[in-house]
Amino acid sequence: MNAPSPTTPPLLEVSHLRKCFGPREVLSDVSFQVPAGTILSVLGRSGTGKSVLLKCIVGLLQADSGEVSYKGESLRNASQMATLRRSASYVFQHNALFDSATVFENVLLPLQARGTGSRQEWDAQVREVLGRLELEEAAERYPSELSGGMQKRLAVARALVSKPELVFFDEPTAGLDPLRRNAVFEMISKLQRESHFTAVLVTHDVQEALVVSSRILWLDAGRVRFDGLASEFSASNDPEIRGFRDNIEALKEALRTPVSIGS
Amino acid sequence: MAVARLGRFTLEKVSATGRWALFCAQALLRVRSGGEFGTRLVRSVFEIGVRCVPVIAIVSAFSGLVLGLQGHYVLARFGASGMLGTLVSLSLCRELGPVLAALMIAGQAGTALASELGIQRSTEQIDAIVLMDISPEGFLAGARLLASLLVFPSLTSLFVLIGVTGGWLSGCILMPQDSNAYWSAVHVALKSRDISECLLKALVFGLLTTSLCAYQGFNAHRSGEAGARAVGVATVRAIVLSSIAILAADYLITAALL
Repeated sequence: MNAPSPTTPPLLEVSHLRKCFGPREVLSDVSFQVPAGTILSVLGRSGTGKSVLLKCIVGLLQADSGEVSYKGESLRNASQMATLRRSASYVFQHNALFDSATVFENVLLPLQARGTGSRQEWDAQVREVLGRLELEEAAERYPSELSGGMQKRLAVARALVSKPELVFFDEPTAGLDPLRRNAVFEMISKLQRESHFTAVLVTHDVQEALVVSSRILWLDAGRVRFDGLASEFSASNDPEIRGFRDNIEALKEALRTPVSIGS
Repeated sequence: MAVARLGRFTLEKVSATGRWALFCAQALLRVRSGGEFGTRLVRSVFEIGVRCVPVIAIVSAFSGLVLGLQGHYVLARFGASGMLGTLVSLSLCRELGPVLAALMIAGQAGTALASELGIQRSTEQIDAIVLMDISPEGFLAGARLLASLLVFPSLTSLFVLIGVTGGWLSGCILMPQDSNAYWSAVHVALKSRDISECLLKALVFGLLTTSLCAYQGFNAHRSGEAGARAVGVATVRAIVLSSIAILAADYLITAALL
Protein backbone atom coordinates (compact mmCIF):
# COMPACT_ATOMS: atom_id res chain seq x y z
CA MET A 1 0.00 0.00 0.00
CA ASN A 2 1.42 3.34 -1.01
CA ALA A 3 1.67 5.98 1.68
CA PRO A 4 0.21 9.31 0.62
CA SER A 5 2.60 12.08 -0.15
CA PRO A 6 2.58 14.86 2.47
CA THR A 7 1.43 17.30 -0.21
CA THR A 8 -1.62 15.22 -1.28
CA PRO A 9 -4.73 17.29 -0.47
CA PRO A 10 -7.25 15.37 1.64
CA LEU A 11 -10.25 13.98 -0.19
CA LEU A 12 -12.21 13.94 3.04
CA GLU A 13 -11.65 16.04 6.12
CA VAL A 14 -13.45 15.72 9.44
CA SER A 15 -13.06 18.57 11.94
CA HIS A 16 -14.11 18.62 15.58
CA LEU A 17 -17.05 16.25 15.08
CA ARG A 18 -19.22 15.73 18.15
CA LYS A 19 -22.27 13.51 18.52
CA CYS A 20 -24.36 12.76 21.61
CA PHE A 21 -27.28 10.39 22.12
CA GLY A 22 -29.10 11.97 25.06
CA PRO A 23 -26.57 12.51 27.83
CA ARG A 24 -24.12 10.02 26.28
CA GLU A 25 -21.35 11.57 24.21
CA VAL A 26 -20.44 9.04 21.50
CA LEU A 27 -18.06 11.18 19.47
CA SER A 28 -16.01 13.90 21.06
CA ASP A 29 -13.99 16.38 19.03
CA VAL A 30 -13.04 13.87 16.32
CA SER A 31 -10.77 15.30 13.61
CA PHE A 32 -8.84 13.54 10.85
CA GLN A 33 -8.10 13.64 7.14
CA VAL A 34 -8.33 10.99 4.44
CA PRO A 35 -5.87 11.58 1.59
CA ALA A 36 -7.03 10.56 -1.90
CA GLY A 37 -6.15 7.02 -2.96
CA THR A 38 -5.61 5.66 0.54
CA ILE A 39 -7.38 3.15 2.73
CA LEU A 40 -7.99 4.50 6.21
CA SER A 41 -9.02 1.93 8.79
CA VAL A 42 -10.99 3.13 11.79
CA LEU A 43 -10.26 0.80 14.70
CA GLY A 44 -11.37 0.64 18.29
CA ARG A 45 -13.32 -1.39 20.78
CA SER A 46 -17.04 -2.00 20.38
CA GLY A 47 -19.17 0.99 21.26
CA THR A 48 -16.47 3.59 20.68
CA GLY A 49 -18.47 5.32 17.96
CA LYS A 50 -16.87 3.94 14.79
CA SER A 51 -20.10 3.26 12.90
CA VAL A 52 -21.65 6.48 14.26
CA LEU A 53 -18.66 8.34 12.85
CA LEU A 54 -19.29 6.92 9.35
CA LYS A 55 -23.00 7.72 9.55
CA CYS A 56 -22.26 11.29 10.62
CA ILE A 57 -19.88 11.73 7.70
CA VAL A 58 -22.44 10.59 5.10
CA GLY A 59 -25.32 12.43 6.77
CA LEU A 60 -27.38 9.45 7.96
CA LEU A 61 -26.91 10.89 11.44
CA GLN A 62 -26.77 14.59 12.20
CA ALA A 63 -23.64 15.56 14.15
CA ASP A 64 -24.20 17.97 17.04
CA SER A 65 -21.23 20.07 16.00
CA GLY A 66 -18.16 19.93 13.79
CA GLU A 67 -17.67 19.87 10.08
CA VAL A 68 -17.10 17.37 7.29
CA SER A 69 -15.47 18.53 4.04
CA TYR A 70 -15.26 16.63 0.78
CA LYS A 71 -12.72 17.86 -1.77
CA GLY A 72 -12.40 21.04 0.26
CA GLU A 73 -16.15 21.76 0.21
CA SER A 74 -17.99 21.72 3.51
CA LEU A 75 -20.98 19.33 3.53
CA ARG A 76 -23.25 21.78 5.29
CA ASN A 77 -26.30 21.73 3.03
CA ALA A 78 -28.25 19.16 1.04
CA SER A 79 -26.70 19.96 -2.36
CA GLN A 80 -23.16 19.58 -1.01
CA MET A 81 -24.12 16.33 0.69
CA ALA A 82 -25.61 15.16 -2.63
CA THR A 83 -22.22 15.79 -4.25
CA LEU A 84 -20.59 13.41 -1.78
CA ARG A 85 -23.33 10.80 -2.20
CA ARG A 86 -23.04 10.89 -5.99
CA SER A 87 -19.33 10.10 -5.87
CA ALA A 88 -19.21 7.85 -2.81
CA SER A 89 -20.60 4.44 -1.88
CA TYR A 90 -21.32 2.73 1.40
CA VAL A 91 -21.08 -0.93 2.32
CA PHE A 92 -23.32 -1.55 5.33
CA GLN A 93 -22.40 -3.82 8.19
CA HIS A 94 -25.44 -6.01 7.51
CA ASN A 95 -25.28 -5.35 3.76
CA ALA A 96 -28.70 -3.61 3.47
CA LEU A 97 -29.39 -5.45 0.22
CA PHE A 98 -32.76 -4.97 -1.47
CA ASP A 99 -34.33 -8.28 -0.59
CA SER A 100 -37.19 -8.02 -3.10
CA ALA A 101 -34.79 -7.41 -5.99
CA THR A 102 -32.50 -9.87 -7.74
CA VAL A 103 -28.71 -9.68 -7.53
CA PHE A 104 -28.65 -8.01 -10.95
CA GLU A 105 -31.29 -5.43 -9.96
CA ASN A 106 -29.44 -4.68 -6.70
CA VAL A 107 -26.30 -3.79 -8.61
CA LEU A 108 -28.21 -1.94 -11.33
CA LEU A 109 -29.94 0.51 -9.00
CA PRO A 110 -26.97 2.83 -8.30
CA LEU A 111 -26.50 3.26 -12.06
CA GLN A 112 -30.19 4.02 -12.57
CA ALA A 113 -29.99 6.51 -9.73
CA ARG A 114 -27.18 8.43 -11.46
CA GLY A 115 -29.14 8.33 -14.69
CA THR A 116 -26.14 8.80 -17.00
CA GLY A 117 -25.74 6.32 -19.83
CA SER A 118 -28.03 3.90 -21.59
CA ARG A 119 -29.64 0.72 -20.33
CA GLN A 120 -27.24 -1.33 -22.48
CA GLU A 121 -24.25 0.40 -20.90
CA TRP A 122 -25.64 -0.17 -17.42
CA ASP A 123 -26.26 -3.85 -18.12
CA ALA A 124 -22.68 -4.21 -19.37
CA GLN A 125 -21.31 -2.46 -16.28
CA VAL A 126 -23.38 -4.66 -13.97
CA ARG A 127 -22.24 -7.82 -15.75
CA GLU A 128 -18.63 -6.64 -15.57
CA VAL A 129 -18.69 -6.00 -11.81
CA LEU A 130 -20.62 -9.23 -11.13
CA GLY A 131 -17.94 -11.05 -13.10
CA ARG A 132 -15.13 -9.42 -11.11
CA LEU A 133 -16.76 -10.51 -7.87
CA GLU A 134 -17.67 -13.98 -9.17
CA LEU A 135 -21.40 -13.42 -8.89
CA GLU A 136 -22.45 -13.70 -12.54
CA GLU A 137 -23.97 -17.15 -11.95
CA ALA A 138 -26.17 -15.70 -9.20
CA ALA A 139 -27.43 -12.72 -11.20
CA GLU A 140 -31.06 -13.83 -11.23
CA ARG A 141 -31.14 -15.06 -7.63
CA TYR A 142 -32.43 -13.09 -4.64
CA PRO A 143 -30.12 -12.01 -1.81
CA SER A 144 -31.80 -14.40 0.63
CA GLU A 145 -30.72 -17.29 -1.61
CA LEU A 146 -27.03 -16.40 -1.28
CA SER A 147 -24.49 -17.44 1.35
CA GLY A 148 -23.12 -14.84 3.80
CA GLY A 149 -19.92 -14.44 1.79
CA MET A 150 -21.81 -13.99 -1.48
CA GLN A 151 -24.10 -11.41 0.13
CA LYS A 152 -21.03 -9.48 1.24
CA ARG A 153 -19.59 -9.65 -2.28
CA LEU A 154 -22.93 -8.44 -3.62
CA ALA A 155 -22.85 -5.48 -1.23
CA VAL A 156 -19.35 -4.64 -2.45
CA ALA A 157 -20.43 -5.07 -6.09
CA ARG A 158 -23.32 -2.66 -5.54
CA ALA A 159 -20.94 -0.17 -3.96
CA LEU A 160 -18.36 -0.36 -6.75
CA VAL A 161 -20.54 -0.53 -9.87
CA SER A 162 -20.83 3.24 -10.15
CA LYS A 163 -17.04 3.62 -9.95
CA PRO A 164 -17.02 5.72 -6.77
CA GLU A 165 -14.10 7.88 -5.71
CA LEU A 166 -14.71 7.13 -2.05
CA VAL A 167 -16.06 3.95 -0.45
CA PHE A 168 -17.12 3.56 3.17
CA PHE A 169 -16.97 0.03 4.55
CA ASP A 170 -18.80 -0.42 7.85
CA GLU A 171 -17.45 -3.60 9.41
CA PRO A 172 -17.39 -5.51 6.12
CA THR A 173 -16.29 -8.73 7.82
CA ALA A 174 -18.80 -8.76 10.67
CA GLY A 175 -20.26 -12.21 11.16
CA LEU A 176 -17.87 -13.93 8.74
CA ASP A 177 -15.52 -16.77 9.60
CA PRO A 178 -11.73 -16.16 9.50
CA LEU A 179 -11.23 -17.47 5.96
CA ARG A 180 -14.08 -15.39 4.58
CA ARG A 181 -12.76 -12.38 6.51
CA ASN A 182 -9.39 -12.74 4.84
CA ALA A 183 -11.11 -13.10 1.48
CA VAL A 184 -13.05 -9.88 2.01
CA PHE A 185 -9.90 -7.94 2.96
CA GLU A 186 -8.06 -9.38 -0.03
CA MET A 187 -10.98 -8.38 -2.24
CA ILE A 188 -11.04 -4.81 -0.89
CA SER A 189 -7.30 -4.45 -1.31
CA LYS A 190 -7.33 -5.88 -4.84
CA LEU A 191 -10.30 -3.78 -5.95
CA GLN A 192 -8.72 -0.67 -4.46
CA ARG A 193 -5.52 -1.29 -6.42
CA GLU A 194 -7.55 -1.81 -9.62
CA SER A 195 -10.04 1.02 -9.19
CA HIS A 196 -7.93 3.46 -7.13
CA PHE A 197 -10.80 4.49 -4.91
CA THR A 198 -10.25 5.98 -1.48
CA ALA A 199 -11.67 3.90 1.34
CA VAL A 200 -12.68 4.43 4.93
CA LEU A 201 -12.91 1.06 6.61
CA VAL A 202 -14.43 0.46 10.03
CA THR A 203 -13.32 -2.88 11.42
CA HIS A 204 -12.35 -4.86 14.49
CA ASP A 205 -9.83 -6.96 12.60
CA VAL A 206 -6.60 -5.20 13.53
CA GLN A 207 -4.12 -7.51 11.81
CA GLU A 208 -5.98 -7.57 8.51
CA ALA A 209 -6.58 -3.83 8.65
CA LEU A 210 -2.86 -3.23 9.14
CA VAL A 211 -2.14 -5.23 6.00
CA VAL A 212 -4.60 -3.48 3.68
CA SER A 213 -4.57 0.05 5.13
CA SER A 214 -2.18 2.90 4.64
CA ARG A 215 -3.50 4.84 7.60
CA ILE A 216 -5.05 3.91 10.94
CA LEU A 217 -7.42 5.91 13.09
CA TRP A 218 -7.87 4.54 16.60
CA LEU A 219 -10.98 5.65 18.46
CA ASP A 220 -11.18 5.32 22.20
CA ALA A 221 -14.42 6.34 23.95
CA GLY A 222 -15.32 8.63 21.07
CA ARG A 223 -11.94 10.37 20.91
CA VAL A 224 -9.10 9.95 18.44
CA ARG A 225 -6.30 8.21 20.30
CA PHE A 226 -4.12 7.47 17.29
CA ASP A 227 -4.07 8.87 13.76
CA GLY A 228 -1.14 7.91 11.59
CA LEU A 229 0.48 5.42 9.26
CA ALA A 230 -0.18 1.70 9.67
CA SER A 231 3.51 1.11 10.35
CA GLU A 232 3.45 3.69 13.14
CA PHE A 233 0.40 1.98 14.64
CA SER A 234 2.16 -1.40 14.65
CA ALA A 235 5.06 0.11 16.53
CA SER A 236 2.94 2.16 18.91
CA ASN A 237 3.75 1.84 22.60
CA ASP A 238 0.42 3.31 23.67
CA PRO A 239 -0.68 0.88 26.43
CA GLU A 240 -4.33 0.93 25.25
CA ILE A 241 -3.40 0.08 21.66
CA ARG A 242 -0.78 -2.46 22.69
CA GLY A 243 -3.23 -4.11 25.08
CA PHE A 244 -5.87 -4.38 22.38
CA ARG A 245 -3.37 -5.84 19.90
CA ASP A 246 -2.16 -8.39 22.45
CA ASN A 247 -5.68 -9.39 23.42
CA ILE A 248 -6.67 -9.95 19.81
CA GLU A 249 -3.56 -12.03 19.18
CA ALA A 250 -4.15 -14.12 22.30
CA LEU A 251 -7.75 -14.74 21.33
CA LYS A 252 -6.81 -15.67 17.75
CA GLU A 253 -4.24 -18.12 19.03
CA ALA A 254 -6.80 -19.70 21.34
CA LEU A 255 -9.38 -20.01 18.60
CA ARG A 256 -7.05 -21.16 15.84
CA THR A 257 -8.87 -24.30 14.75
CA PRO A 258 -9.64 -25.58 11.26
CA VAL A 259 -12.74 -23.97 9.78
CA SER A 260 -14.80 -25.38 6.92
CA ILE A 261 -16.55 -22.97 4.62
CA GLY A 262 -19.46 -23.25 2.25
CA SER A 263 -19.19 -21.10 -0.81
CA MET B 1 -49.45 19.32 34.43
CA ALA B 2 -52.39 17.99 32.44
CA VAL B 3 -52.43 21.15 30.31
CA ALA B 4 -48.71 20.78 29.59
CA ARG B 5 -49.23 17.17 28.60
CA LEU B 6 -52.12 18.13 26.35
CA GLY B 7 -49.97 20.85 24.80
CA ARG B 8 -47.11 18.43 24.14
CA PHE B 9 -49.51 15.89 22.66
CA THR B 10 -51.05 18.54 20.38
CA LEU B 11 -47.65 19.81 19.25
CA GLU B 12 -46.52 16.28 18.56
CA LYS B 13 -49.60 15.55 16.43
CA VAL B 14 -49.30 18.84 14.54
CA SER B 15 -45.64 18.10 13.89
CA ALA B 16 -46.47 14.55 12.70
CA THR B 17 -49.15 15.94 10.37
CA GLY B 18 -46.59 18.35 8.94
CA ARG B 19 -44.09 15.53 8.40
CA TRP B 20 -46.78 13.48 6.67
CA ALA B 21 -47.63 16.41 4.36
CA LEU B 22 -43.94 16.88 3.54
CA PHE B 23 -43.61 13.15 2.92
CA CYS B 24 -46.52 13.28 0.42
CA ALA B 25 -45.10 16.36 -1.32
CA GLN B 26 -41.63 14.81 -1.66
CA ALA B 27 -43.10 11.52 -2.85
CA LEU B 28 -45.02 13.24 -5.64
CA LEU B 29 -42.40 15.85 -6.57
CA ARG B 30 -39.54 13.33 -6.77
CA VAL B 31 -41.56 10.42 -8.15
CA ARG B 32 -39.01 9.80 -10.92
CA SER B 33 -36.03 9.59 -8.54
CA GLY B 34 -34.18 6.30 -8.97
CA GLY B 35 -35.35 5.71 -12.54
CA GLU B 36 -37.61 2.99 -13.98
CA PHE B 37 -40.70 5.03 -13.08
CA GLY B 38 -42.93 3.22 -15.59
CA THR B 39 -41.98 -0.19 -14.24
CA ARG B 40 -42.60 0.92 -10.67
CA LEU B 41 -45.97 2.40 -11.61
CA VAL B 42 -47.12 -0.79 -13.36
CA ARG B 43 -45.91 -2.89 -10.41
CA SER B 44 -47.77 -0.61 -8.00
CA VAL B 45 -50.99 -0.86 -10.00
CA PHE B 46 -50.63 -4.63 -9.87
CA GLU B 47 -49.87 -4.73 -6.12
CA ILE B 48 -52.57 -2.30 -5.05
CA GLY B 49 -55.08 -3.03 -7.77
CA VAL B 50 -55.00 -6.44 -9.37
CA ARG B 51 -54.19 -8.31 -6.15
CA CYS B 52 -57.19 -6.68 -4.43
CA VAL B 53 -59.72 -7.69 -7.10
CA PRO B 54 -60.72 -11.00 -5.42
CA VAL B 55 -61.38 -9.44 -2.02
CA ILE B 56 -63.27 -6.54 -3.63
CA ALA B 57 -65.37 -8.96 -5.66
CA ILE B 58 -66.26 -11.11 -2.65
CA VAL B 59 -67.05 -8.23 -0.28
CA SER B 60 -69.06 -6.30 -2.87
CA ALA B 61 -71.07 -9.37 -3.83
CA PHE B 62 -72.06 -10.05 -0.23
CA SER B 63 -72.74 -6.36 0.43
CA GLY B 64 -75.12 -6.27 -2.54
CA LEU B 65 -76.77 -9.55 -1.54
CA VAL B 66 -77.42 -8.30 2.01
CA LEU B 67 -78.63 -4.90 0.77
CA GLY B 68 -81.03 -6.58 -1.65
CA LEU B 69 -82.36 -8.86 1.07
CA GLN B 70 -82.73 -6.19 3.75
CA GLY B 71 -84.10 -3.69 1.23
CA HIS B 72 -86.74 -6.13 0.07
CA TYR B 73 -88.07 -6.68 3.61
CA VAL B 74 -87.85 -3.06 4.76
CA LEU B 75 -89.31 -1.50 1.60
CA ALA B 76 -92.14 -4.09 1.51
CA ARG B 77 -93.28 -2.82 4.94
CA PHE B 78 -93.87 0.60 3.44
CA GLY B 79 -95.28 -0.69 0.17
CA ALA B 80 -92.25 0.60 -1.71
CA SER B 81 -90.81 -2.63 -3.07
CA GLY B 82 -90.27 -0.98 -6.44
CA MET B 83 -87.65 1.26 -4.88
CA LEU B 84 -85.20 -1.61 -4.25
CA GLY B 85 -83.00 -0.71 -7.23
CA THR B 86 -82.87 2.91 -6.07
CA LEU B 87 -81.93 1.93 -2.52
CA VAL B 88 -79.22 -0.51 -3.52
CA SER B 89 -77.63 1.61 -6.24
CA LEU B 90 -77.60 4.89 -4.31
CA SER B 91 -76.37 3.25 -1.09
CA LEU B 92 -73.56 1.52 -2.91
CA CYS B 93 -72.58 4.37 -5.19
CA ARG B 94 -72.71 7.25 -2.74
CA GLU B 95 -71.57 5.55 0.45
CA LEU B 96 -70.88 1.86 0.81
CA GLY B 97 -68.92 1.36 -2.40
CA PRO B 98 -66.18 3.95 -1.83
CA VAL B 99 -65.92 3.32 1.93
CA LEU B 100 -65.94 -0.49 1.90
CA ALA B 101 -63.66 -0.70 -1.14
CA ALA B 102 -61.17 1.67 0.50
CA LEU B 103 -61.28 -0.26 3.79
CA MET B 104 -60.68 -3.53 1.94
CA ILE B 105 -57.76 -2.13 -0.07
CA ALA B 106 -56.31 -0.59 3.10
CA GLY B 107 -56.60 -3.98 4.81
CA GLN B 108 -54.81 -5.82 2.03
CA ALA B 109 -52.53 -3.50 0.07
CA GLY B 110 -52.10 -0.83 2.75
CA THR B 111 -50.85 -3.17 5.44
CA ALA B 112 -48.58 -4.90 2.93
CA LEU B 113 -47.12 -1.52 1.97
CA ALA B 114 -46.61 -0.43 5.60
CA SER B 115 -44.91 -3.67 6.58
CA GLU B 116 -42.73 -3.72 3.44
CA LEU B 117 -41.45 -0.20 4.04
CA GLY B 118 -41.10 -0.91 7.77
CA ILE B 119 -38.86 -3.88 7.05
CA GLN B 120 -36.88 -1.82 4.54
CA ARG B 121 -36.39 0.78 7.27
CA SER B 122 -35.32 -1.71 9.92
CA THR B 123 -32.86 -3.47 7.58
CA GLU B 124 -31.26 -0.17 6.47
CA GLN B 125 -32.48 -0.56 2.89
CA ILE B 126 -33.93 2.94 3.05
CA ASP B 127 -30.57 4.28 4.28
CA ALA B 128 -28.93 2.54 1.33
CA ILE B 129 -31.35 4.30 -1.02
CA VAL B 130 -30.59 7.66 0.63
CA LEU B 131 -26.87 7.10 0.16
CA MET B 132 -27.38 6.47 -3.56
CA ASP B 133 -28.74 10.02 -3.70
CA ILE B 134 -32.21 8.69 -4.50
CA SER B 135 -35.21 10.32 -2.83
CA PRO B 136 -36.59 7.42 -0.76
CA GLU B 137 -40.01 9.07 -0.57
CA GLY B 138 -40.22 9.43 -4.35
CA PHE B 139 -38.69 6.04 -5.07
CA LEU B 140 -40.73 4.01 -2.58
CA ALA B 141 -44.01 5.92 -2.28
CA GLY B 142 -44.36 8.18 -5.34
CA ALA B 143 -45.42 5.57 -7.89
CA ARG B 144 -47.72 3.96 -5.33
CA LEU B 145 -49.48 7.25 -4.66
CA LEU B 146 -50.03 7.79 -8.37
CA ALA B 147 -51.15 4.19 -8.81
CA SER B 148 -53.74 4.68 -6.06
CA LEU B 149 -55.30 7.50 -8.13
CA LEU B 150 -55.98 4.95 -10.84
CA VAL B 151 -56.70 1.90 -8.74
CA PHE B 152 -59.11 3.22 -6.10
CA PRO B 153 -61.67 4.65 -8.55
CA SER B 154 -61.42 1.50 -10.70
CA LEU B 155 -61.91 -0.90 -7.81
CA THR B 156 -64.67 1.26 -6.35
CA SER B 157 -66.51 1.16 -9.69
CA LEU B 158 -66.08 -2.59 -9.75
CA PHE B 159 -67.40 -2.76 -6.18
CA VAL B 160 -70.54 -0.80 -7.11
CA LEU B 161 -71.16 -2.87 -10.26
CA ILE B 162 -70.85 -6.19 -8.48
CA GLY B 163 -72.82 -4.89 -5.49
CA VAL B 164 -75.75 -3.72 -7.61
CA THR B 165 -75.72 -7.09 -9.37
CA GLY B 166 -75.71 -8.80 -5.96
CA GLY B 167 -78.70 -6.70 -4.93
CA TRP B 168 -80.54 -7.82 -8.07
CA LEU B 169 -79.63 -11.46 -7.37
CA SER B 170 -81.04 -11.48 -3.83
CA GLY B 171 -83.95 -9.12 -4.52
CA CYS B 172 -85.13 -10.40 -7.89
CA ILE B 173 -83.89 -13.98 -8.20
CA LEU B 174 -84.04 -15.20 -4.61
CA MET B 175 -86.90 -12.87 -3.65
CA PRO B 176 -90.00 -12.08 -5.73
CA GLN B 177 -88.97 -8.63 -7.01
CA ASP B 178 -89.35 -7.68 -10.66
CA SER B 179 -86.03 -7.56 -12.54
CA ASN B 180 -87.15 -4.92 -15.03
CA ALA B 181 -88.39 -2.66 -12.23
CA TYR B 182 -85.09 -3.13 -10.39
CA TRP B 183 -82.83 -2.20 -13.31
CA SER B 184 -85.10 0.60 -14.38
CA ALA B 185 -84.97 2.05 -10.83
CA VAL B 186 -81.15 1.77 -10.87
CA HIS B 187 -81.03 3.59 -14.21
CA VAL B 188 -83.32 6.39 -13.06
CA ALA B 189 -81.76 6.78 -9.60
CA LEU B 190 -78.10 7.08 -10.53
CA LYS B 191 -77.23 10.60 -11.68
CA SER B 192 -73.83 11.77 -12.87
CA ARG B 193 -73.56 13.75 -9.61
CA ASP B 194 -73.75 10.49 -7.62
CA ILE B 195 -71.09 8.89 -9.77
CA SER B 196 -68.86 11.97 -9.45
CA GLU B 197 -69.20 11.88 -5.67
CA CYS B 198 -68.36 8.19 -5.68
CA LEU B 199 -65.22 8.72 -7.76
CA LEU B 200 -64.15 11.80 -5.78
CA LYS B 201 -64.40 9.86 -2.56
CA ALA B 202 -62.41 6.99 -4.10
CA LEU B 203 -59.64 9.39 -5.17
CA VAL B 204 -59.43 11.03 -1.74
CA PHE B 205 -59.55 7.71 0.10
CA GLY B 206 -56.86 6.34 -2.20
CA LEU B 207 -54.48 9.19 -1.52
CA LEU B 208 -55.17 9.11 2.22
CA THR B 209 -54.81 5.34 2.56
CA THR B 210 -51.69 4.97 0.47
CA SER B 211 -49.89 7.98 1.92
CA LEU B 212 -50.73 7.08 5.53
CA CYS B 213 -49.69 3.45 5.11
CA ALA B 214 -46.47 4.41 3.29
CA TYR B 215 -45.70 7.09 5.88
CA GLN B 216 -46.20 4.74 8.82
CA GLY B 217 -43.96 2.07 7.30
CA PHE B 218 -41.36 4.63 6.24
CA ASN B 219 -41.22 6.01 9.79
CA ALA B 220 -41.42 2.68 11.61
CA HIS B 221 -38.24 3.64 13.48
CA ARG B 222 -40.13 6.55 15.09
CA SER B 223 -42.72 4.25 16.65
CA GLY B 224 -40.79 3.95 19.91
CA GLU B 225 -40.13 0.27 19.22
CA ALA B 226 -37.31 -1.47 17.37
CA GLY B 227 -36.93 -4.24 14.80
CA ALA B 228 -39.84 -6.59 14.10
CA ARG B 229 -41.98 -4.97 16.80
CA ALA B 230 -41.57 -1.55 15.17
CA VAL B 231 -42.82 -3.05 11.90
CA GLY B 232 -45.82 -4.54 13.70
CA VAL B 233 -46.65 -1.24 15.40
CA ALA B 234 -46.30 0.65 12.11
CA THR B 235 -48.61 -1.81 10.33
CA VAL B 236 -51.28 -1.60 13.03
CA ARG B 237 -51.07 2.21 13.05
CA ALA B 238 -51.33 2.24 9.26
CA ILE B 239 -54.61 0.31 9.16
CA VAL B 240 -56.13 2.10 12.17
CA LEU B 241 -55.25 5.59 10.92
CA SER B 242 -56.34 4.74 7.37
CA SER B 243 -59.70 3.48 8.58
CA ILE B 244 -60.29 6.57 10.71
CA ALA B 245 -59.16 8.85 7.88
CA ILE B 246 -61.48 7.12 5.39
CA LEU B 247 -64.53 7.49 7.65
CA ALA B 248 -63.70 11.08 8.64
CA ALA B 249 -63.08 12.11 5.04
CA ASP B 250 -66.30 10.35 4.00
CA TYR B 251 -68.28 12.47 6.44
CA LEU B 252 -66.57 15.70 5.38
CA ILE B 253 -67.02 15.07 1.65
CA THR B 254 -70.64 14.01 2.10
CA ALA B 255 -71.37 17.08 4.23
CA ALA B 256 -69.67 19.35 1.73
CA LEU B 257 -71.47 17.94 -1.31
CA LEU B 258 -74.98 17.47 0.04
